[in-house]
Amino acid sequence: MRLLPMTHREGASGTAPRWRLLPRWLGGARGARPPDDGADPLLVGLTGSGARRADALFKGITLLFAGLVIFLVFGIVGSLLYQSQEAWATLGIGALFGDEWLPGGQPAKFGSLPLVWGTLVTSFIAILIGVPVSIGIAIFLSEMAPPWIRGPVSVIVELLAAIPSVVYGLWGIFFLAPFLYDSVYPRLQANWGWTGLFTGQSTGYSVLTAGILLAIMIIPTVSAISREVFRAVPASQREAAFAIGATKWEVVRKAVIPYGRTGLFGAAILGLARAVGETMAVTMVIGNRNAFFGGLLEPGNTIPSVLANETYEASGVHLSALFALGVILFIVALLINIAARILVKRVLKQAEVAK
Amino acid sequence: MSGVQRGLEPMAERSLEGSGEAAEPREGALDAPQGATARLRVSLEAGAPAAAGPTKIELRGVNGWFGKKQALININLKLPANKVTAIIGPSGCGKSTLVRTINRMHELVRGARVEGEVLMDGQNLYASGVDPVLVRRHIGMVFQKPNPFPTMTVFENVAAGLRLNGMRDRTKLSKAVEGALRQAALWDEVKDELEMAGTSLSGGQQQRLCIARALAVNPRIILMDEPCSALDPIATGKIEDLITELKKDYTVVIVTHNMQQAGRVADYTAFMYLGEMIEFGETRRIFENPQNELTEKYVTGRFG
Amino acid sequence: MIAADRNYLLRLWKSRVLLGLCVGALLVALVPLLSILWEVFSRGIPVINSDFLFERQIYQFKEGGGVANAILGSVYITGLASLIGIPIGIMAGVYLSEYGHGRFAESVRFFSDVFAEFPSIVIGLFAYVVVVGVMGHFSILAGSVALAVMMVPIVTRTTEESLQLVPNSIREASLALGIPKWRTTLRVTLSTARAGLVTGAMLSFARIFGETAPLIVTIGGSLYFAGSIEDTSSALTYVVWRGATSGIEAAEIRAWGAAALLLIIVLVINIVIRFVTLRRQAKGGAL
Repeated sequence: MRLLPMTHREGASGTAPRWRLLPRWLGGARGARPPDDGADPLLVGLTGSGARRADALFKGITLLFAGLVIFLVFGIVGSLLYQSQEAWATLGIGALFGDEWLPGGQPAKFGSLPLVWGTLVTSFIAILIGVPVSIGIAIFLSEMAPPWIRGPVSVIVELLAAIPSVVYGLWGIFFLAPFLYDSVYPRLQANWGWTGLFTGQSTGYSVLTAGILLAIMIIPTVSAISREVFRAVPASQREAAFAIGATKWEVVRKAVIPYGRTGLFGAAILGLARAVGETMAVTMVIGNRNAFFGGLLEPGNTIPSVLANETYEASGVHLSALFALGVILFIVALLINIAARILVKRVLKQAEVAK
Repeated sequence: MSGVQRGLEPMAERSLEGSGEAAEPREGALDAPQGATARLRVSLEAGAPAAAGPTKIELRGVNGWFGKKQALININLKLPANKVTAIIGPSGCGKSTLVRTINRMHELVRGARVEGEVLMDGQNLYASGVDPVLVRRHIGMVFQKPNPFPTMTVFENVAAGLRLNGMRDRTKLSKAVEGALRQAALWDEVKDELEMAGTSLSGGQQQRLCIARALAVNPRIILMDEPCSALDPIATGKIEDLITELKKDYTVVIVTHNMQQAGRVADYTAFMYLGEMIEFGETRRIFENPQNELTEKYVTGRFG
Repeated sequence: MIAADRNYLLRLWKSRVLLGLCVGALLVALVPLLSILWEVFSRGIPVINSDFLFERQIYQFKEGGGVANAILGSVYITGLASLIGIPIGIMAGVYLSEYGHGRFAESVRFFSDVFAEFPSIVIGLFAYVVVVGVMGHFSILAGSVALAVMMVPIVTRTTEESLQLVPNSIREASLALGIPKWRTTLRVTLSTARAGLVTGAMLSFARIFGETAPLIVTIGGSLYFAGSIEDTSSALTYVVWRGATSGIEAAEIRAWGAAALLLIIVLVINIVIRFVTLRRQAKGGAL
């Protein structure tokens, strides 16, 4: 609606102001024409700007887009289920949870356990190595480092997050794996072979390599959240510990960490979520062989790595079985992510309230 | 009233155009001594009109809620046209809420509710079918803390109400902006810097910018919610002078916790307490001769 | 007395050692980072020359050729994804910030957060069914859809946060002028928050530019310049993956070059984002 106060010259009697209401292109209700009978134009100026309709429309549109997010969740799992029907039908759950994944075999086998195993082991290694390192970094940044270091260092750690995973994979293939193969694995096999963990004909491309690479990749996420958790610990906790003569480490270990342990746990779960879903780096260094319960130095496969490698050329039951894997991965990733988010949110919220 | 052209016309003509009522003693403008105390004396000594004159806004049985909590209890009030009415009272008494029911801003808060009637020139603003958006175009509001739009220039800020409601003509906009800035006594200070960011002005200038912004859409009534509480005394003084000028063409309602301010600028004063309208009358009478005991306690400074 | 001193010294040493380990942890993070940067740049940058940048790919086995079609592919795919994903995210963010107070909004927020870090291969599979399945072949569109789905949660979150930072007094000022809520949101609130919106868009773009897994099952790969969104295409990340896993030296060399390019672009975007954010914070304004 246009508001065009008439000028002094245009106004007839020069007493009350005259308002001219013009209709808008939007289709708001047409305003009344300028009254020429001297009636107070205000009487026609209070209804029908069309704003109410436009407001409702706008709200509806934004609601639609927001609903798209939820729709996508169902859409994704729906599409996976749809494409995997054949597998569920013809193979059945039993075969899908068998212990051999051999799409090219005679007969072809689509047991997912080796892949689940690979996923679990690589993620577990990633957490085992990555979480302590991340917490160490978080301790350094929040308890030890002078303020001027914190900025640059946290930037550098975040830079790790910016590197595309395929570049990690590239580096893994041509640097990390050969390095581990040459310098680390022989020593591992020699000194720790008795644990039975480090069996396998190692070429460097193995489950352990993938786990180590994953550990590096989850550091930015886990350390960032750990830092938030530490920052949420009130200063009074630390001061109290210092006051009774604890060393710095003891303050961290006995006052700070216990206070934030739920949050740290949440950070670890988040790292787990990241590790489980990681595809490219893993698939490039894991050796792509479907061993089950092999040694750590044996090549293996994870669900994401198999999906990445085989989907492109798969068809028929094979393709369908891959999508069944996708369903499994979806559910696992969903549960882990939900758990992580709930934990982390709860801790950060508590901190807000406490402050 | 011819909004846009106003700023360019000599003052004498302006006051005659007013609301058409008989000429009344002009306060302070040309012949009265300057200075806050003098102004106080003038407004207290000037002969108040015998009757209140035409009513611009009438609140009838207005009740307001924030969810379950009732903030306004059965308010009945008649605000006279072309006068400045101050709403005073201790913190939390509902002054801001009251004012926000006039331009239908109160209902924007989640869970807020208004019952009753608010009549502007006899028209019920809360009648069914009345569009609150249009109500707000007829009633301007200035807030406690100056809030110019941060991403807009001075010009764009003042023009915002017109532009965002569809006016495109650059010439008309320029005229409207200049007129509004003149009325807000800001034109001379910013006329060469219209393209500066709105937020680059000083606090007092920003508040006058906000006043200009409200004036640009040519409202009839200006609501001010403690407009000077975030400003220094000099800026406050400028705005108080401005208010005294503005009432020639507009009806002004000002919420203030500063009784001296009410004494300086307001023709009428309404005293509120705990959501109820306790007393209303000419400022001079309220301060010198309050009828209600609560009013007396408040204006003599014994609480709040 | 002496025993107590010794005990304390022990504790002190233990503290120093363990805190030293924390510094060591930092090194564990820094060393790979530096190594990656070093390897990629030292092996990749020499590969980049004008041929590399402007000629299209040739068969894996042969030497030479360039990655121009992959660069273009990346640009197309991420560009289209942004065109789809950013508006959706902004609108959803607007809803959450300006209208979203109930349980529906809560669940949108929740799932949006959960999906921000979801396995990208699954999203690729989704696009495989929904686009490749329907169209019958791989295409840029399929890849863009997958990447757009990944962008939406990020943009939604950043938009909501940016809008929440806009003080309510600004909205009130606009509403008091008689500007309807929808126009207030579009012209005033969004405009005030635009800096944060841009940052969010850049962040999500940086994130998807480096993605590979969803592309593997959607874009199909190609040695040629794509002509339309229905064509198959290559992409920078795709080239890196194919080359690295091919076992062919010529392809590996090109992979390093593509990786270097990729890294430069991604790092530059991230640095720009950081720089812009810091400068805005220094100016003392809202994000």
